[in-house]
Amino acid sequence: MPSISRDEVAHLARLARLAVTDDELDLFAGQLDVILQSVATVGDIATADIPPTSHAVPLTNVFREDVVRPSLGQQQALAGAPAAEDGRFRVPRILGEEA
Amino acid sequence: MTSDLIRSTAAELAARIASREVSAVEVAQAHLDRIGEVDGAVNAFLHVDTEGALKAARKVDEDIAAGAHVGPLAGVPVALKDVLTTEGVPTTVGSKILEGWVPPYDATVTRRLKEAGVVILGKTNMDEFAMGSSTENSAYGPTHNPWDLDRIPGGSGGGSAAALAAFEAPLSIGTDTGGSIRQPGAVTGTVGVKPTYGGVSRYGLVAFSSSLDQAGPCARTVLDAALLHEVIAGYDPMDSTSINAPVPPVVAAAREGANGDLTGVRVGVVTQFSGDGYQPGVLRSFEAAVAQLKQLGAEIVEVSCPSFDYALPAYYLIAPSEASSNLARFDAMRYGIRVGDDSTRSAEEVMSLTREAGFGPEVKRRIMIGTYALSSGYYDAYYGSAQKVRTLISRDFEAAFATVDVLVSPTTPTTAFPIGERAGDPMAMYKADLCTIPANLAGNAAMSVPSGLSDEDGLPVGLQIMAPALQDHRMYRVAAAYEVARDAALGAPVIQGVPQLAGAAR
Repeated sequence: MPSISRDEVAHLARLARLAVTDDELDLFAGQLDVILQSVATVGDIATADIPPTSHAVPLTNVFREDVVRPSLGQQQALAGAPAAEDGRFRVPRILGEEA
Repeated sequence: MTSDLIRSTAAELAARIASREVSAVEVAQAHLDRIGEVDGAVNAFLHVDTEGALKAARKVDEDIAAGAHVGPLAGVPVALKDVLTTEGVPTTVGSKILEGWVPPYDATVTRRLKEAGVVILGKTNMDEFAMGSSTENSAYGPTHNPWDLDRIPGGSGGGSAAALAAFEAPLSIGTDTGGSIRQPGAVTGTVGVKPTYGGVSRYGLVAFSSSLDQAGPCARTVLDAALLHEVIAGYDPMDSTSINAPVPPVVAAAREGANGDLTGVRVGVVTQFSGDGYQPGVLRSFEAAVAQLKQLGAEIVEVSCPSFDYALPAYYLIAPSEASSNLARFDAMRYGIRVGDDSTRSAEEVMSLTREAGFGPEVKRRIMIGTYALSSGYYDAYYGSAQKVRTLISRDFEAAFATVDVLVSPTTPTTAFPIGERAGDPMAMYKADLCTIPANLAGNAAMSVPSGLSDEDGLPVGLQIMAPALQDHRMYRVAAAYEVARDAALGAPVIQGVPQLAGAAR
């Protein structure tokens, strides 16, 4: 299987929203390469005729009665928030300068 | 008196509390004192809830005094892995990203424990987000193995296992995604059970890999594990993967097994789990355990499960893939820490800085592996192939259980390794889960029961017993029978061999 480059790891980190440092990139690039080469062996026995299993127990949709029931109150929901204002979650700006 | 209480089994404690020979408050206090004495050296607990524990114990004493009917474990203390939410009590998952988070709700497991009068002492240390096999990945420092404080207690549930071996709690709760209950059980000389997937509710269990995560009981005896199993198991409408079927009769099976007769039980030895990479003392302990099962009347046959060799690589694709998706919720907006919010940075920048600061290296590695495995172009070769291997592993189990009642293997290839030995080598660390992973991928039940000490290093070894889905009681019967025979052969329970822990000084 292809080995993974430092640039590819930097791209993965961006996709995963991890502001990794240069030192981490050096470390992770080597480690991810070893891990990915090792786990790629799954391809050895995974032939086209085998159906995939996503879940050990067959899943079906689970429904409940459409009735009102108690839930977290506003204060409880906001209790763990890193920042709150006027009874709402306060978040940093979501649009960039160019938007 | 205190030493007597902390070394008792949960079953004994429950009986003595119910008969008012000892109060639940005395029992809770004895364990809180023990934690105060030794946890500086062990670091099994991330949070001790002294007030909550004593309050719960007082309630049990009042109920018993009033003649109320109480459950079979009422008043018995438990240590709860810090991955299960507890209303009003911190839950960190061993991660900096949730430092200081106090959940507004109880997990179903927590609720069931409280309703049964089980006294929650506190929250136990773990590898961050349950990712690891040594508890070294905790953001709050490693847990030390009470058998040798310089060695790992296994992981991810090292805190839950070490609390038992250090006599800080007679019962604990773990979660098992790839072996995180069974492998710590094996290396600490304690019993650890991964119930059938869907047997115990995942509601309030902070998700790592949703199709694999399963909470279960940990204890020092098979019967104690069974008693705890019946308290936490059962259908829960709050978990869409919860199985709507009666809880397997595990307590009855443990009591039946204790009679010591396994006549007619067919035990399969998995041939894939031996050879290179297995410590000779572990294999000798395993072979002795198999010989004992035969003496108890079991029929022993060898069973080949060829796809099990691919379980480890399949797991290290499936679990990180699900983790990369599950951990996206840690976005610094609704709970947990926030870093870099200086009113100029965007939400995306704050999110990236927070995740960088809040996650440890193993969590970052797995998120990136999962991101890679799920990306277009690589999906078929990695995640797609791993899902096919999962099918093959289920087929191997089906074929095996068509001819045998249970399967056995060593729980983990080696005894407890020194802290630091594998920390820089992820693949070496992953191999600790070699034998435990197949049961997670197929969803069936599996447990580890101590099989004595390895003759070369004097450290505990675990015997893994695997049963078909919803046949959890089969493995409890075998484990209980084996436990009696083992104790008779060794002259004392394995756990009695734990060295005395000195005071709080490390």
